[in-house]
Parts: sequence; C-alpha cells; structure tokens
Amino acid sequence: MAQAVHDVVVIGSGAGGGTVTKVLADLGISVLLMEAGPMLSMADLKEHLWPYQVPHRGAGERGQGYTTPRSGFTFSATFGGNQIDGEPYTVAEGSDFSWFRSRILGGRTNHYGRVTLRFADYDFKPRSRDGLGFDWPISYEDLAPYYDKAERFIGVTGTAEGIRSAPDGIFQPPGALKAHDVLVQRACARLGIRAVPARQAVITTPTNGRAPCHYCGQCGRGCMTASNYASSYVQIFPAMQTGRVQVLANAMARELIADDTGKVTAVSYVDKTTGTEQQVRCRTVVLAASACESARLLLNSRSSRNPRGLANESGTVGRYLMDTVGSSLSAQVPALSGMPHYNSDGYGGHLYVPWWNWNNKGLNFPRGYHIEVGGGYGMPGIGSFTGIVNRAEGYGLTMKRAIRDAYGTSIGLAGRGEMIPNERSFCEIDPNVVDRWGIPVLRFHWAWSDHELNQVRHMQQTFRAILESFGGRIQPVGGGRGGQQAPPTGQAGPQTGQPSTPAGQPMTAPSVASARPPISRGGAIIHEVGTVRMGSDRRTSPLNPFCQAHDVRNLFVADGAPFVSNPDKNPTHTIIALAWRTAEYLAEEMRKGHV
Amino acid sequence: MSDVSRRDVLRRLALAVIAGGALDRASAQEVHHLVAQAQGGPDARHVPRMLTDPEYRTLERLTDLIVPVENGAPGALAAGAAAWIDTISSENDELTRIYKQGLAWLDAAMKRRGATDFVSAPPAEQTALLDLIAYRRNASAELSPGIEFFTWVRRMTVDAFYTSEIGIRDIDYRGNSAMASYPPPAEAIAYALKRSGV
Repeated sequence: MAQAVHDVVVIGSGAGGGTVTKVLADLGISVLLMEAGPMLSMADLKEHLWPYQVPHRGAGERGQGYTTPRSGFTFSATFGGNQIDGEPYTVAEGSDFSWFRSRILGGRTNHYGRVTLRFADYDFKPRSRDGLGFDWPISYEDLAPYYDKAERFIGVTGTAEGIRSAPDGIFQPPGALKAHDVLVQRACARLGIRAVPARQAVITTPTNGRAPCHYCGQCGRGCMTASNYASSYVQIFPAMQTGRVQVLANAMARELIADDTGKVTAVSYVDKTTGTEQQVRCRTVVLAASACESARLLLNSRSSRNPRGLANESGTVGRYLMDTVGSSLSAQVPALSGMPHYNSDGYGGHLYVPWWNWNNKGLNFPRGYHIEVGGGYGMPGIGSFTGIVNRAEGYGLTMKRAIRDAYGTSIGLAGRGEMIPNERSFCEIDPNVVDRWGIPVLRFHWAWSDHELNQVRHMQQTFRAILESFGGRIQPVGGGRGGQQAPPTGQAGPQTGQPSTPAGQPMTAPSVASARPPISRGGAIIHEVGTVRMGSDRRTSPLNPFCQAHDVRNLFVADGAPFVSNPDKNPTHTIIALAWRTAEYLAEEMRKGHV
Repeated sequence: MSDVSRRDVLRRLALAVIAGGALDRASAQEVHHLVAQAQGGPDARHVPRMLTDPEYRTLERLTDLIVPVENGAPGALAAGAAAWIDTISSENDELTRIYKQGLAWLDAAMKRRGATDFVSAPPAEQTALLDLIAYRRNASAELSPGIEFFTWVRRMTVDAFYTSEIGIRDIDYRGNSAMASYPPPAEAIAYALKRSGV
C-alpha cells in the first residue's frame, strides 16, 4: 500500500508550529504535526505543588542543584535546557553561546515568560532609520491584522497608552500593580520615563472557553486551567478535536527529501521510541523547529542538487543569528522591610517600561530596550535566602531575623534590548560532530558589538538611577543573563517555575566597574532568531515575504528564523502573528493549486 | 490525599481543558484544596541513610542551633531539616563527603577543646565553636574547613526549613492559591510610599 501523502507536515509544536496547526485545522486542512519530544500530559504540570510535596524540594534529583550548575527549572514545564543528553552542539573558539531547547509538545511556550509585545512601526524599517542592519520586506500594516487575531485568540493583558514604541492592541484588563511596581512607576515618572501595565499572554476574563487567570504566579510551570498561552493547551489540543490534526511525537527530524523539481516530498526522521529511521511523505512542509533547529534541518538536507543545503542558494541559512541583549540590576530596598505581607503572585510581571528614548538621536547606541520589573513575596524555594544568609552570616534568631527583614524587599530590573545582526554571529554545521542519531550538529559563532555594549551601559545607569531613587541598596552584578540572579518578571525565588532565573551559568562579565558591562551571553535570553530570514531578494534571503522558500515553493518557515531584525520586543508575539499570516497564505496557495 | 488520586484529579482537569470546556472557579478552588491536602510532613522517625546515628544526632543539633525555636514557634528541628539533608545528601557523593568530613571536623575541634564530641558538649561550648565558624572573617588554617562546612549546613538548613510547611508559614508567604481577581495591595502600597518617599 502506498504511504499516505500528508497535505501539510509541520515540524515543531511551539508558538509557530502550534499557530500554523490551529489556523490550518480551522480552515479545514489536515496537518501532521511532528514534535521531537513526547506528548504533554496536563497531569504532569507542577502548578500549585509546594516544595515539600516533591522529595528534592527543588534541589533537583540527587541534590544536583547543589553540586552542579543549576538549571533553575525544577518545577517548570520545559523538558529541555541548555544541555540535552545525546544532543550536543558546539561553540567556536572565542565565542560564548548557550542554546536552550525544549523537547515536549508545545516547546518553550509551556514555560516561557509570556511577555507579549507588538513590534513598533519603525521596527520593520530599521536600516531606513539608522543605516544599520536590514529592513523587513513587510511593514507594520501587513502584520497588524495578525497581531489583532493573535490577541483576540490567546488573550493579552494591557492598557491602551498611545506610545509609539509600544503599539496598543486588543487587551484583557490587567491585574493591579504590586507594591514594588508602584515604587518603580513613581521613580520612573521622576526621571521622565513612563511605566505601564505589563502585556502578558494571560487572560483575566473568560475567553474562548478558557477560564480566567487565578493569579498563582506559576505560569512557568504550565497552567492547568489554560489561562495563559501555551501552544499545547491553547492551540494544539483544541485543534486535535477537529479530527484533522495528527501528532507524531518523539519524532526527531533528520532531513527534508526533495525531488528532481526541487520540491520537498518527504521528511525523514528518527522515531525516538524505537530508534528506527522513518519517513513521512508530504505535499507541503512547514519548518517550525525553532530558529536554529530549522536552519540545521535545511543545512543538513544536502544533495547533489543542493550541495549547500535546501533553500540555501543565497548561502544565508544560519546567518544573521540574533538574541536579545540582556542586562539586569537589583537592589534591596530597606523601605520595604516590615511592609504588610500580601499575596503578590499575580501573573509574573505586572509592570513594564516600554522604550522611552525612541526619538532621541543623542544616544551613543542605536535602537532601544524595555525594562521588565520583578519583586514581591515569592514562594520560598531552594536558594531563596542563600544570598541573604551568606551576607548576614551567623546563625540562630539573628540570622532568621535578617531573612525575615529581607524577604520581599528586593526589586529587580531586567533590560531586554535590540541587537544589530552582525557577520560574526551565526550557526553552521560542525563537520566533526553528530548527535546520538548521527545527525550533524550546529556550531555557533557569537560576538556582541559596541552597539550592544553601549546599550547595556545605558541600561545599568538607568537601573541604578531608578533603584536608588527609593533608597535601594544595589546588589552585586553577576550571572549568565547579564545581571543579578534577581527575578526579571515578578518572581522572588528560583523555584517559582519562572524561567528567568537560571543561576550558576558562567558569568560573561564580572562587575559593573569592569570595561565590559554586564551583558548576557549569546543565547542566554532564549530569544534566538533570524537564521532563515525573509526578504524580497532571493540572492540575500532564503524566504520570500510570506516566509515561503524562494527556491522551494512548498517549503515554509514559521518560527523565529524568518526574523530580519530582533527588536527589543520579546519575539513570541511576532512569531505567532507571522505564523498565522503564513498559514493563511499557505492555505490560499493550496486552494489555488500553486503548491 | 494520595499521589494517585491527585493525578486523577489533574487528569480530569486536563480532559476538561482539552475538550475545550471552561473550568469554573469552583473547580479551580477544588483543585487547590485537594492539592493542599496532599501536603507531606517531616518524617517523625527518620532512619539515617547517609549518616551514622551519632552523626545524625550532631546534624540535628546543628539544624536546631541554626534555625531555633522562636517564642514557641517551631524551628528547623521540628521541620525535619536534618532528615531532608540526610536523605538528599545520601544520593549525592559530593554532599556525602561534605557532611561526613564536616561532622568529623566538628567532633575533632570539640575534642581539642576538651570535650568528647560536639553533641555531648555543653550548649555554651557548642555555640562558642559556632561563633567562630559562622563568620568568614575568622578564616585560618585551623578554622577554614569548619567555616566551609558550616556555610554548607547553614545554607541547606535554611533551604530545608523554608521549603517546609512550618517554614513557609513562618515567613508568612501568602500565595499559591486561587484568587478571583487581583486587587491593589493598598495597605502595602501606602506603607512603601510613606517609607520610600517617592
């Protein structure tokens, strides 16, 4: 019997793959969704577990959190990390890069920070504005309808503010500001900076059959009531109910098989449950494996016809890799000692600071950043008080009082800024290393430029000015995400399931005083994008303005890979909007018989 | 509530969500209630896994000194800190080495001060030794191994205490619950504004 030919095979089930799957299923199109990890079971989510309900309490199996670099994700719904057994990657000498991968239905959307920001109109034309980087082949007006659709469907908190750097959308009413948010907002106002309610992918009113948020602050653990956005429970499970979606879990894609006409005819993959080689045949394929995995798949799909890999006649697959610029600073605020305790969980960050200098030509760096605000009385966890105790020393009631006085008095500011793509930041196939299935792995090259370093210096000065204006005592800078281990998004301990506190990563920079400011290492913010970019010119871009390969008409890309630039806005919202647009275009092309 | 029945509840919840059904507030509350019931307590009679009985008694005494009873409010001893440290360390070679060597150092140091061992020394002598090794400024060839060990046991005792039911109540963490809305914490805001002057 001839093997079935699937209309659409989607590789990867995160924000991009989940969106494509849901949109196509609603348009009546059948989808085979491949995921390299297992199915997600809602019963496995660790939401609401107290630390004492888990034998290791958050220290990790066999207490590994104490003796090896901590992952910081013990209760979260990631099923992945910077290191995955049997799936290595390499980093070129002189580069510093970490690559976070998730292997589970829903990918990183199960645990991510859920900051949901539209790009500004000017973000699509950066080169026209300052001569750096590249312009997108599309404009804000092209994407705005899809931001609308995404917000209506997934739900995003926020308020209309009329700020050009932070376009308004269709918002759910936000939760109230927390006490530390009010301090930060007032301090910012004194400095002429506007701080506004955070825009988070969380619903606060019943939406599309989903119950509203119950404010437990554990979004990173995955939400049992599906009150925040994750592609797994918001898009893929409902799409499966249509009967048009088949999920192929534990399927590690190896390469795309193309025919003599240059079209993709099949995807070869490893069935991880049996270790056997398999293929699925397809009419069209959508890559949504995460930016770098999608680039890897194309580069590994070599043939005599495509010696540089599939869809790579431009030679740019893997190029223009970008992450977000990260730098943080936190302070212990004596004014908050003795404050009446309250339930500060909420839904992570409730306040953020959009870029306020978007029209200021007098800065020594291009582009901008926004600030995420953290603080409050987080659920105590392993390591929550280690810093306090190591400073206070001693023991007994004196030490205990120091803990009590300091609990909930930390305020953290995390800068998230735009990186300019550069020639020295890219990924390629390492000719000498394969993974456990014999699939060649990626080798990363990474370099920040003065644009990013100067931006970080500006962040640090701003953070200090804000924190000191209410008497904050600045805490030492350190950590792989460009700052103190303090929480960027409203979490006060490493065990609250928030992915923003991986301690123990090697520090990129030791202190503010050094020549190199405390900038995150490449990849650490987990916003890597741009390796299979879109563009009107097939000589310089693998994808056309609909994220369809210039060279391979039935191949589409729907993750962060098509990004031409990486504005300070966290990428997930734009991944969803782009994927939605790509899925509608694909459906129309299928209807017309073009693919 | 057993782990099995908890999983059943969660599975039913998951099915409701998968089916696209709304989960109402009452159901969400029920989950919180059931999960809360599944709380485990400290082992009443812990059988040491990594440590000998004398070593374990020493560890218990240390945890009691690090987070003592405070005006009748239970401390690390009642919270089962020693049992948790013993259990987790028994599965980790490096932690096992740290505790075995550290506890031996403590007894040897007490012997040099004329006692039999740490746990049988008078409380004043125990705290006199801790007063030395609880501070990095006292680092010396003689004391540094003790300081290093005490940093470990203090850190893990604090972790064990504040991740226990007793410790979470003690620190007055008020979250991990279901709320129908998120109103402004007016009293806290007034306090913060008044004291910070912004």
